Order: sequence, then structure tokens, then C-alpha cells
Amino acid sequence: MVDTTFVRTQMIEPEQAPGASVGAVRWARENLFSNWLNSVLTLLSLFAVYWLIAHIGPWFRHAVWNAGSLQECRSIIQATWGEGATGACFAVIRERWKQYLFGFYPADLYWRPTLTFFLMLAALAPLLFSGLPRRTMWFSVAFPGVAYWLLWGGSIFVPLGIYAGFVIAYVVHGAISARRPGPLASVAAVVALLIWWLYLVGPVAGVLSGTGIGTLTPVQSNQFGGFTLSLVIGVTGIAFSLPLGVLLALGRRSDMFFVKTICVGFIEFIRGVPLITLLLVASFLLNIFLPPGTNFDIILRVIIMVTLFSAAYMAETIRGGLAALPRGQYEAADALGLDYWKSMRLIIMPQALKISIPGIVNNFIGLFKDTTLVAIIALLDPLGLTTAIRADSNWNGIIWELYGFVALIFFLFCYSMSQYSQYLERKLQTGH
Amino acid sequence: MTSIDVSPEPFRLSMLIYDTRFRSLTIQTVAVLLFMLAAAWLVNNTVQNLNALGKDFDFGFLSSRAGYDINQALIPYTNDSTHGRAALVGILNTLLVALLGCTFATIIGVLAGVLRLSTNWVVAKLAAAYVEGFRNVPVLLWIFTIMAVITESAPAPSAFRGDTATASMLFSDSVAITNRGLYMPWPVWGPGWHLVVATFVLSLIAIILFGRYAKKRQEETGEILPTLWIKLGLFFIPTLLIDFVMGSPITLAYPVLERFNFVGGGFVDKALIALVVALSLYTGAFIAENVRAGILAISKGQTEAANALGLRPNRTMSLVVLPQAMRIIIPPLISQYLNLTKNSSLAIAVGYMDVRATLGGITMNQTGRELECMLLLMGFYLVVSLAISSLMNWYNSSVSLKER
Repeated sequence: MVDTTFVRTQMIEPEQAPGASVGAVRWARENLFSNWLNSVLTLLSLFAVYWLIAHIGPWFRHAVWNAGSLQECRSIIQATWGEGATGACFAVIRERWKQYLFGFYPADLYWRPTLTFFLMLAALAPLLFSGLPRRTMWFSVAFPGVAYWLLWGGSIFVPLGIYAGFVIAYVVHGAISARRPGPLASVAAVVALLIWWLYLVGPVAGVLSGTGIGTLTPVQSNQFGGFTLSLVIGVTGIAFSLPLGVLLALGRRSDMFFVKTICVGFIEFIRGVPLITLLLVASFLLNIFLPPGTNFDIILRVIIMVTLFSAAYMAETIRGGLAALPRGQYEAADALGLDYWKSMRLIIMPQALKISIPGIVNNFIGLFKDTTLVAIIALLDPLGLTTAIRADSNWNGIIWELYGFVALIFFLFCYSMSQYSQYLERKLQTGH
Repeated sequence: MTSIDVSPEPFRLSMLIYDTRFRSLTIQTVAVLLFMLAAAWLVNNTVQNLNALGKDFDFGFLSSRAGYDINQALIPYTNDSTHGRAALVGILNTLLVALLGCTFATIIGVLAGVLRLSTNWVVAKLAAAYVEGFRNVPVLLWIFTIMAVITESAPAPSAFRGDTATASMLFSDSVAITNRGLYMPWPVWGPGWHLVVATFVLSLIAIILFGRYAKKRQEETGEILPTLWIKLGLFFIPTLLIDFVMGSPITLAYPVLERFNFVGGGFVDKALIALVVALSLYTGAFIAENVRAGILAISKGQTEAANALGLRPNRTMSLVVLPQAMRIIIPPLISQYLNLTKNSSLAIAVGYMDVRATLGGITMNQTGRELECMLLLMGFYLVVSLAISSLMNWYNSSVSLKER
């Protein structure tokens, strides 16, 4: 009898997976060609990408960076790449990039906007990233005054005097609340602040600036332009619209009928009309609403309108955050015996603002993009400058290079803002 | 038993600030006083300034002769018409852009939103590139750019001429895309067209009624009627029949190339095309994000429950996921419509005559009545916004979860 039983004494190695179900091929089969519809879509998209590259690629490859006019650009391209070749003429950006950055700011003073920009980054850092020591926050508080002084020039005592108002208000508040705690101190502080700002700052700063200390060459607003103008309007609007929006949102959720009505009326009015009509009001009508003879800076008027516009949208975003908080949070704050402002500051707002971060940043992005609308009321922002450069006889007929350049810069700013908001959302995520 | 004396303490002036029962009254009174003071101050300034300028507050200019031309008007308009009519033409032009823009933006946005969720890597990345590219660049720049694309890359009407034409008309010589705009066939309404159109409208109503009847019957008896074929039949047969009986009263007029330009048919100005394309691409990017967020917000459990019930994938989508996603998508969608309508006021950038360009532009500059024109302009936009918001509120209340 032959023993036919066979028992394997060791396991065989697992077979290699078939070539079609590993690595890149498998990925392509699963992601790109999983069914006929997907395959058609993939091929169509690949064709679209190829078509774009085939049409735009040579244009970039033939780019000219050194030329004095569009005609020169074209002749260089034809000489190098043969008859009928087309290409980008980036020479215009090489020639005009300073104008794009600074507008008609005096060339020997370019260091001032540049310094302001880097100071702005330094001032933003402690607000954006929590790793830095809290003491650096003081610089962020001082920055608006410094920026105003650097950009517009004049005496340093004007911004200093405005800041002094806060110190005075703080001292008044401290003195009164030490004797009589309660809202009376706040009222007195606000009154003192208003009296100082309306009647005393001007003369005091005037006397002090007579000494000539800390005086820079003044620059008129109509010399501002390019991305400096966009950033001035955008950053100021962003900085002021957030606190204003918080106040409006609180007012809209208030139990007090008249306060609520005023806030609702304001928000709905602003949200109901396009920004461009508000800018037209700023440019044509604001003088009619103000005391006869008042005539103040067009950039300031635009900033006020943009801030009001953005604050209304901000208020609605924050109201959404407030509404999304569970009622228990409000009741818990009341149960702790906190008064209205303390409960808002310590319990409600931190949570509500966290919920509304994506919306708030979207508003910021929208505001920054909307600064281009000032081109329509003839301010020289990047788009206004583009129109001006296209009308220049040297560069008549140039289009894509300029629009592409402006679009790229705006894209960089806005895209990094939206990336930051996603980072912040992840960081503040307290769920699991 | 001793009763506690709860008689109210006498009123003191300081209670207006320190007592929470009176404080809100105090604050409101102060707020109203400040508000009225500010309003009075503004009105007073306005009256003084208008007096100083020698102007009055009068809407009479609306009935005086406008004296300027409008390149595209939906209602009859000449430069002898009044300023009021010019404003009306502008309003209609704004509404036209808003309507076209909202339609195309919805189509583009839904498509891009769904494609961005696709498992196909290339498609998803392309959709993402479109969304990020358009969302992060100002809309005014897009309007300028697309206007430039049309002006620079579309052929001039003369390019269609002769044996060596460098451009040709599309769709068997019926549509011409030129750098002046789009020339296309346009219906000519012959005698008896009313009957054909009325039949068409009636058959549309019949389709809706039949759909409701079929649904009700399915719910009662479980029997499914062949709705698709019946609806298709209702759509085509009665209208074609009446059209044949009346001897085809509605015909198309085709654009024909004459000496300098195309003549006949319909013409869409390039400014309108650029504006609609730019606004719908820009707003479409935002709608795509809303659609994506809405679909992602439906929890996976819903899909799995539908699968467990034995529903097929497309029925899962149409009966379970979409109805719930719509509730999330529609409110932001409508506020995007609102944004598009307001952004249409940038029409002046490409020379399209919307209400901002007629009433708030030429009329304002000609008559010097800034205050009246701006009030009317803002009033118009406010009415449109309030109409759209009330539509949104009505929709919200009709689809919101009915909770106990």
C-alpha cells in the first residue's frame, strides 16, 4: 500500500497580486476608469488640460521681459520665434510694477508704505498665531496710529492725541468706578473721550506739532494707488467692520425694541443695496449730508462706506453664530451672576465667534475683493491703473499680462486667507 | 404669621441707571434720542446744502426728455423718451441680466459642485481649480477679462465674408459669434401665433396636473403609470397639431450678412454676453461650494438606511439625499442670487446700460439730481432684495422640519 497522503509542512508564499490591481494601475482603474462615464469624463478633462497647455504654454515660453513698448515686444518675439509667433510681454510689468504697488506715491518715499506693510505683518502675527507672547499684542494696538503716520505723513502728535483719548477715558472710568461702581463710570468715560476728540485733540496736537518733532512729509490721498490703496481700504475695513459687526449683531438680538429696530433697519438697508451705490453716495452725496463747507478725503469716505457695508454682512454672520449656541450657555452665564457684557465677553462671544470663523473670513475675502470697485469712482486701484496703462500709447493693446498679474496677486491674498481660516477651524476644533 | 412688607421702595433718579427694571427703558430712550438727533442733523444739513446749491427736491425730471441713446432696450425707447422711461429700460435690463445670470450660475454651480465630489481624481481637481480660481479673484476683474476675451478672440463680421472667410456661422448658418455680439435666429410672430402659444401653455399645465394625478394614484393604489411617455406626448403633440392646422404661424428669421454687418434675426450685445458669462461663472463657483456642503452635510446613515430598505442608488439620491440636501442648499443659493443681482450693477464696466448706468449714471449727470436719482436707485435695489428675501423666508418655512 502506497502512502498517498500528503501534508504540506510549510505555507506557500502568498501570490503576487495581479498587475492590474496594484500600484498606479489600480489607482487609475479605481479613480479614473471605474465605469464608462468616468472614463469619458477623465478623457475629456485630460483633453481640456492638454488643450489649455498647448495654447497657453507657448505664450509663456515666448515671454519677453525687457522691452520699452508692445511693438518692441512683438518684434523681439517674431525675431526669436519666427513669423506669426505670439508671446507674453511681461516687460510692461517689469516697467510698471512699482506703480502697481504704490500708485503715484512719491518715489523717494516708497520706503514708507513698504515699512508699513512689514509692520502690518508684524502687527498681525500675534493676532493670527497664538504661539507668540501676549505682550506683542501692544504693538498690534499701536499699529493703526503708526500706519496712519507713515502713510499720510504729517505730525506724529495727531495719532498720538487720538490714542491719548483712550488713556483719558480709562483714567476717568477708573476714578469714577472707584467711588461709584456701575454703568455711570462708562457713560462718563465715553463723554470724556468725545469731548477730548471733538474739541481738544486738534489744538493740542497743533501746538505740539509746531515743535517740528516727528513730522514726515505729508502725502495727499490722491497720490495713493495700486495695491497700497487696496490694502489700506481692505485692512482698515476689516479692522473696523468686525467690532462694528459684533455690536450690530448684539443689537439685533437685543430685547430692547428700539435698539433692535435701529440695528435691523441698518443691516437690511445696507445688505439690500449694492456696494457700488454706496460708493457713489460717498463720491457724490456725502458732502450734501454733512455741514456746509465740510470736504473730507475721498479715501476716508470710501473706507467709511466699505466698513459700514462689510459690518452689516459681518453682523449677519455673527448673528448666525449667536443663534447656533445652545440656550443653556446663555442661562449658565446668567446663573453664574455675570452681567450682560461680562457674559458676552467671557462665555458667549468666544464660542459664537468660533462658530462663525468661516463666514467671517469669507466676509474679509469679499471685502478685499470689493476694494476693486473703487475703480468705478475713478480711484487708481490695481484695476484703475490697468485701464490707465492700457491707454498709454506704448502699451496700447496689452491685456492678458496686466489682468493676469492683478488676478494672481488677488488670488494669492484671498487664497491664503481662506487657507488660514481652515487652519484656524482645525485649531479651535474642540469636538472629537 | 407676620406678613413681609413688600411695598415698593420709592423711586429715585439713580434707579434709571442702576435698576435693571428701568435700565433698558433708559438705554432705549437715549438710543432713540440719539438716532433722532442724528437724523435731524443730516436732514438739516441736506436742506442747507441744497439751498446753498440752489437745488430743490423734485422728481419732475423723470418726465422730461432724456436725450441719450441706449444700445439695448427691451421696450421701445428713443432718445426722445423721458428719463423715467430710460430708468425703466435700465430696470428691465438689470432684471434680464439677473434672470439669465441666476439660471446659468445655477447650472454651472450644481454641475461643478457635484463634479468636485466625484471620485474621479482628475475631474474633482479640475472642478476645485475652477471654484478656487473664480472665488478668489474680484468679479470686476472677471468682467473685464471676459469682455476682453470676446473682443479680442471673436472674429469681426467682415471675417465671415467672401470665399476666403476665416470664420463661419454655427448650426448650419444660423448663429454667428462676432466681436460685436451674438447674431441668432429670432421668431417671427405670424397671424394666429396666440393660439399656438396658448396651446403650448395649456399642455404644460396639463403635464403638471397629470403628474400630480399619477402620484396620487400611485400612493392610493400602488399602480405606476407610464408618466414619461404621456408627458412627452402632451408636450409635443397638441402644439405641433395646432401649429400644423394654423399653417405654421411662427417662423424663424435668420441673420444675413449685409454690407457692413449681419441684419435680421436676433442680436445679443457683447456687453450683455460678457456680463452674464462673468457673473454666472463667478457666482457659479460660490453655488458649487453650497451644493457640495449641502450634499456632504447629509449623514452617511441616511444613504445606508436607504440602501438597507432596498432602494436603488438613483432612487436613494432622488428620494432620500436630495430632498434633505435641498433644505440646506436653497437658503445660501438664494442669497447668492441676491449677490448676483447686486453685482449686476457693475455692468457699467463693460458699457451695458442697466439701471445703475441709466438712472444712476447718465440721467444723474445730465440733470444734476444726485439725491433723487440715488434714492430711486437704492429704492429699486431694496425692493428687489426684499422680494428675494421674502421668497427665501417663504421657502424656508415651507421646507423646515415640522417639529413638535
